[in-house]
Amino acid sequence: MEQRVLLEAKNLVQEFPAKNRKKVHAVSNVDLTIYAGETLALVGESGCGKSTLGRTLMNLIPPVSGTITFEGVEITKLSKKEFAPYRKQMQLIFQDPYASLDPRMTVRDIIAEPLEIHKVYPDKESTTQKVKELLQQVGVPEEFIYRYPHQFSGGQRQRIGIARAIALNPKLIICDEPVSALDVSVQSQVLNLMKDLQKEFGLTYLFISHDLSVVKFMADRVAVMFLGKLCEIADTDSLYAKPLHPYTRFLLDAIPKADPRNRGRNKQLLQGEIPSPIDVPGGCRFHTRCPFATDRCKSEEPKMRQVEGHMVACHFAEDLAK
Amino acid sequence: MEDLTLKIEHLCSGFFTERGYVPAVDDVSLEIPKGKVIGIVGESGCGKSMIARSIMGILKYPGKITKGSIKLDGRELVGLEESELRSIRGKDVSMIFQEPMTSLNPVVQVGKQVREALLLHENIDKEAAKDEVLKIFEQVGISEPLKRYRSYPHELSGGLRQRVMIAMAMICKPKLLIADEPTTALDVTIEAQILQLMRQLTRQTGMSVLMISHNLGVIAELCDEVYVMYAGKIVEQADVYELFDNCAHPYTKGLMGSIIDLDTKPERLPAIGGVVPNLLHLPKGCAFAPRCKYATERCRAERPELYDLGSGHLCRCFEKEGK
Repeated sequence: MEQRVLLEAKNLVQEFPAKNRKKVHAVSNVDLTIYAGETLALVGESGCGKSTLGRTLMNLIPPVSGTITFEGVEITKLSKKEFAPYRKQMQLIFQDPYASLDPRMTVRDIIAEPLEIHKVYPDKESTTQKVKELLQQVGVPEEFIYRYPHQFSGGQRQRIGIARAIALNPKLIICDEPVSALDVSVQSQVLNLMKDLQKEFGLTYLFISHDLSVVKFMADRVAVMFLGKLCEIADTDSLYAKPLHPYTRFLLDAIPKADPRNRGRNKQLLQGEIPSPIDVPGGCRFHTRCPFATDRCKSEEPKMRQVEGHMVACHFAEDLAK
Repeated sequence: MEDLTLKIEHLCSGFFTERGYVPAVDDVSLEIPKGKVIGIVGESGCGKSMIARSIMGILKYPGKITKGSIKLDGRELVGLEESELRSIRGKDVSMIFQEPMTSLNPVVQVGKQVREALLLHENIDKEAAKDEVLKIFEQVGISEPLKRYRSYPHELSGGLRQRVMIAMAMICKPKLLIADEPTTALDVTIEAQILQLMRQLTRQTGMSVLMISHNLGVIAELCDEVYVMYAGKIVEQADVYELFDNCAHPYTKGLMGSIIDLDTKPERLPAIGGVVPNLLHLPKGCAFAPRCKYATERCRAERPELYDLGSGHLCRCFEKEGK
């Protein structure tokens, strides 16, 4: 299948000032390609920079350095005004459906807001009509259109957030932990809905999540992030079947399995905690937690390279592949 | 007869709100044998945390226990004076919460916070208490105990904070430890560490644990017996192997179905339709009937009992009546 590149990031760096003139290295030299129509998952533990990377890719926080190309246009170079039409093409779904909807706005106004800002429809009636259509598409009864967010359950609120995100027919939706705040039974409903909408509108998702089970269901490809860097990118099935980066392997191993007969068996646990993104370890950033680390890992930073069809940043990926 | 650490009988507790009584826990009976890990699983609002709070006697207004009995090692807890409850809390029963940051005092060194429980409940001087704290820090896998003793909560990572909470809960060697979603706020690699630690500690100390979680994976990792709750009621109860092999209630089946299997890749996830009912307006019949694809006329009109399926497996569904 011919894959069309939708968004390409090169050498992306995002830093924030910290105390004592230090910097939080949230995203460091990330190269990432998103193909049209795919779901690319971005996984990692809290604080690894996955949400910052997501927001940087949308140019919500302009990068410190590096380039982002969206459909062939380098959006990092554009002025605010020139960027406006591209903003429409990229939307965001947030984690917390309780915090991401304005409690003083009706559902109609929440979903209509992007339509009105971008002046999609000439009058109020046609905008309202579109809102009703959107509500129906995400499975919220349209008679609820004049209700307020507090009158909805978490799952329904997330559906409203999704309706708002698809209102402008975007090409790329960045979903930042869209189901983490939901109960398991509701989580499945929302994930199914997101898959249906993707099929219907040909959406591309960047699916940010810490939940590897959800990612397995949703994603075509997975990018694993550790401390501001990508350490492995591969097709979902291949990544789960044969992780090549030690960190990926530990992440997969750590998932609690819903099988009491397998409890704690053969489980190799990752020791220690995530290092601080302010004082990042030299060499490979993972070496302080990695049981396979050698002197080389401490001094030389591994480059992203292709091993068995994966992109992986580890000096010893071939050994792990065996 | 089995040696029970905790025996809850027909517990009802709920909230008296302006809009009426909310029955958060409705006629729940539960037994925790000595040295066992018992799990309660259910979605948010099903009443699982209310059970924990009822045991601890920390229901806040307008919450109240309205009926039933909670016996800890044979001693009735319902109706005890606050002062008596205080001597039990932290000593005989202690609790770990989901968010360790909000349960720790931000302006007191964590070591001192852990020591406080000892000074309160045991006849021990400060120096000896400190040694005890350092010992338990080591036991729960806190490296550099002396340095950590003097740390403030914000200086610790989430995983370390949760270890401090566990140390605090265990320092008086409680008979019962209640863990309310102890790993939900943690990253998956840290979660695995904490679960492993809890498994070790229960084996070493022989204490009983009530494990509350929405995550069936966590339940499978730790529990011996599981209660499934829905809308304030126990809907199924079984040995952990039995539950994961032969779950009987449609709700439990739905929960099991929503677990994403890492070995297969389905096109769609089996989902339970609808939402959890409002406890103020519970349906007349079975609370799960509006979401249940097997529901009959009878399910909508009458409330099912817990039916015994043999060998301790109970299920609240008419389909299992008399089987």
